[in-house]
Amino acid sequence: MARIIVVTSGKGGVGKTTTSAAIAMGLAKKGHKTAVIDFDVGLRNLDLIMGCERRVVYDFVNVINGEATLNQALIRDKNCNQLYILPASQTRDKDALSQEGVGKILDELKKEFKYIVCDSPAGIEKGAHLAMYYADDAFIVTNPEVSSVRDSDRMLGILSSKSRRAELNEEPIKEYLLLSRYSPDRVKLGEMLSVEDVQDILSLHLLGVIPESKSVLNASNSGMPVILDEKSDAGQAYADIVDRYLGEDRPHRFIDEDKGFFRKLFGGK
Amino acid sequence: MSLLDYFKISKESTASLAKERLQILVAHERSSRNQPSYLPQMQKELLEVIRKYINVGQDAISVSFEQDEDQETLELNIVLPDLQPKNT
Repeated sequence: MARIIVVTSGKGGVGKTTTSAAIAMGLAKKGHKTAVIDFDVGLRNLDLIMGCERRVVYDFVNVINGEATLNQALIRDKNCNQLYILPASQTRDKDALSQEGVGKILDELKKEFKYIVCDSPAGIEKGAHLAMYYADDAFIVTNPEVSSVRDSDRMLGILSSKSRRAELNEEPIKEYLLLSRYSPDRVKLGEMLSVEDVQDILSLHLLGVIPESKSVLNASNSGMPVILDEKSDAGQAYADIVDRYLGEDRPHRFIDEDKGFFRKLFGGK
Repeated sequence: MSLLDYFKISKESTASLAKERLQILVAHERSSRNQPSYLPQMQKELLEVIRKYINVGQDAISVSFEQDEDQETLELNIVLPDLQPKNT
């Protein structure tokens, strides 16, 4: 049975697209046929993060309008043949996506794919609403920072009242917390909300902590999802997250500062 | 943690300030999220009716809505001034 995962946050710039790219790649590399869809109509960016921006011919809106078939629009990933990308359109028409059209495409994808990852745009307008409407699972990407936590809570309210599952009185969407851009050092200094603080406020199941990491920018610079950088802390954090989501037992990492004796002594990075 | 950090801890940390602010805000926003949409209008109309008979201020009335597993409670609280009938 296919699962639809929405990656959402409310606030912009917290790492939704980075996360969507990483977990979609992670699931595909585990052998699950996965599609990742960019719902940010007008501001397409997932293609850049996945490194397939020059291979976009047709997009999400073309498929909805019947100008292309789903198979024509899906781009097979260059690093993993189990992964396909459906890019967003660059149209400025805000109403290009319809609930019905999105539902039809998702139904079609569900026949072929095990996981469908929906990369939500920021905000709580139509694109964000459609990205989460059909979801089975929600990954709430949150930064340990007041506005992000507040917006995540707003998003939780919307997930529990405005989704298809809520409207049909079905089992609610499973919600998971992904705490990103985390700096254990700053938490220790009392300068940043801790994992426990954020969990206390949002009461969400923690799927993983992604540390603030240089590797994320390096990955997006080169159009390679950060999970492929297996040596990097963020890459490993996302790999853990995928494993945990698939039901494997992985102890949480990157929550405490992890400095060697000499680095501690000299205060190096 | 370096030696310097020990001096910083005595002051209240900004993180705990953030947590406190968020807890209050989120609790408030959640309670208003769950309340029925007719509540503000009802509160306004109730106040109008009451003011026909008793001279109370705008904020003399508070309406709260709570939802448990199996029951919903609507609590209406009106603070009466020292009794002095308007004009009979």
